[in-house]
Amino acid sequence: MNLIPIVAVELQPIFAWIYRWLEGLGLQGTLLTVVVYAGLGVMVFGVLAVLALFLVWWERKIAGHMQQRFGPMRNGWHGWYQTMMDGLKLLQKEDVLVDTRDKVVFFWAPVICFVAAFLAYVVMPFGDGLIVADLNVGILYIMAVTTFTVISLLMAGWGSNNKYALLGGMRSAAQVVSYEVPMVASILTVILFTGSLSMVDIVESQSGLVFNWFVFRLPFGPVAFMIYITAATAEANRTPFDIPEAEQELVAGFNVEYSGMKFAMFFLAEFVNMFTVSAIAVTLFFGGWQGWEFIPSWIWFLGKTFMVVLLLMLFRWTYPRLRVDQLMEFAWKILIPIAFVNLIVAGWMKYAGWYW
Amino acid sequence: MAEPGIVFWILAVVTVASAVMVVTLKNIFHCALALILCLFSVAGIYILLNAEFLAAAQVLIYVGAVAILMIFAIMLTSNLASKAIRQSNEQVMVGTVVSVLFCGGMLALIYLTDKAIVSEETGVAFWRQVRGTLPADNVASLGGYLMTKFMLPFEVVSVLLLAAMIGAIVLARKEKA
Amino acid sequence: MTEYLAVLIFIFAGIGIVLFTFLLSRLLRPINPYHEKNINYECAENPIGTSWVKFNNRFYIFALIFVIFDVEVVFLFPWAVVFGQLGLYALVEMVIFIGILFFGIFYAWRKGALKWV
Repeated sequence: MNLIPIVAVELQPIFAWIYRWLEGLGLQGTLLTVVVYAGLGVMVFGVLAVLALFLVWWERKIAGHMQQRFGPMRNGWHGWYQTMMDGLKLLQKEDVLVDTRDKVVFFWAPVICFVAAFLAYVVMPFGDGLIVADLNVGILYIMAVTTFTVISLLMAGWGSNNKYALLGGMRSAAQVVSYEVPMVASILTVILFTGSLSMVDIVESQSGLVFNWFVFRLPFGPVAFMIYITAATAEANRTPFDIPEAEQELVAGFNVEYSGMKFAMFFLAEFVNMFTVSAIAVTLFFGGWQGWEFIPSWIWFLGKTFMVVLLLMLFRWTYPRLRVDQLMEFAWKILIPIAFVNLIVAGWMKYAGWYW
Repeated sequence: MAEPGIVFWILAVVTVASAVMVVTLKNIFHCALALILCLFSVAGIYILLNAEFLAAAQVLIYVGAVAILMIFAIMLTSNLASKAIRQSNEQVMVGTVVSVLFCGGMLALIYLTDKAIVSEETGVAFWRQVRGTLPADNVASLGGYLMTKFMLPFEVVSVLLLAAMIGAIVLARKEKA
Repeated sequence: MTEYLAVLIFIFAGIGIVLFTFLLSRLLRPINPYHEKNINYECAENPIGTSWVKFNNRFYIFALIFVIFDVEVVFLFPWAVVFGQLGLYALVEMVIFIGILFFGIFYAWRKGALKWV
């Protein structure tokens, strides 16, 4: 089979080769940069689309098996191309447009939702050297661009002119902003030790043994990770924090009036966001792409990220949904105080040198 | 970057156009969205000035927090949202005069500053000279200054934020009663 | 600086890709709108009035408190980056900074502003 050499080879030489090929075509300076970045953008989109299709399928299988069902079984081996078929189906679906909608806002909401999720991948370190651009403000940049997701959900709610949708969008915004504070506080705990916001620096400061991963930096590492993963579940609007799209009370929340490709964009963005928060968790707490040398770094990264994604999926199919008041009070009265106390403890430990 | 000029002009046009939209659009929600676009492109201009931390903070605070606060405030106003709003009142002439004067003052200031800098260097646009004066790793140096030289202002900021929070809670409670 | 060009291009590439898929689906899908189909979904009832109505102000209070904490964490970023070089001095400063703000959150807690109901 051809699979083995593809997996075994590192991807970097391929990119170097493409770059040289483009240079050979006579492109220079800024234009070359623009073409390379645009190409990388399309490539990242391709990767994300495949990942999202896989994650949807995986989630359905996990949900099925956890509930003693099989999940999708019809299309291919254990239904492996079920989600591709779903995608093709959505492509052909009529775009039902509500008459009373706010036309501009309704149209741009899914676009912004997807672009916000997509932009985080500019600084995502997929592997050793496999990063689009290593920005100095890496992690802060991700926190900044993903706030556009909230704006897009509010836009979707408003643009639909639907009571459920608007309430879903408002709840989503309130929830995401509340959980952003503990999330950032737990990220800061890591930054204390790296002294840099760049994603590559964060990964490289965890090199060496497994015990150098921040999640094993006792006693505050595991606490920071737990705060992060809780807040990340809420940021990705997933059960037990899926109040914005609670089926029983809000039908589908902000995307109730969306159909066809516009709905598909929200759906895609949701799974891309889930992958994003997991990938950030891996970068911050699980050593990113680091691992034994004989396996390519991007496989380490993907493998670790899928483990965190699996954790999020297990959360979803294990826990019941929280009420809106429980959710908000949990963020402000429990998570935020713990996160800041943890940050101060980590600062003290860093100063006193009481860590590995 | 070889051609910062093009990027600058794209950002400048987007900033100004969206700022004009903020004050002319009839739907208040659209105004808020135009304001978000405006703030975002200002962040882009910060990046051209090498102030990347400031740019990220701009997006995080203005788009991620202040804009959402504004949208929530729009939701609070009873039914204003559904009606087309009037964007101007009888003071429109005074406002025009003041803003033209302000704009002229700013342009004069920029022009004079430009002169002063261009006499030493060979660059073309006024903002290119500003680039490079910031240290490369600006987050670290910003942190260093905040913690040492500007320690007192930094602590005062927290008191200011506390006052803002208490004020907000008091006002909100009064509204409820 | 050049790295930030990537962000700009990713914005345009993302928008372009999404618009391209919209266009693709526009070419493939049926178009058959009629009035009943295009009424707002409201559990088989005709919606009464617009949904752009006044919302509860507790959303607003939470957003206000969030703005303040967001500003706070932005100040914490430079602190975290240089902390390794500054030591105890920076730690004490930050404890004071966070402490003052926590006074605010306890005030909000006592006054019931953090209660959703």
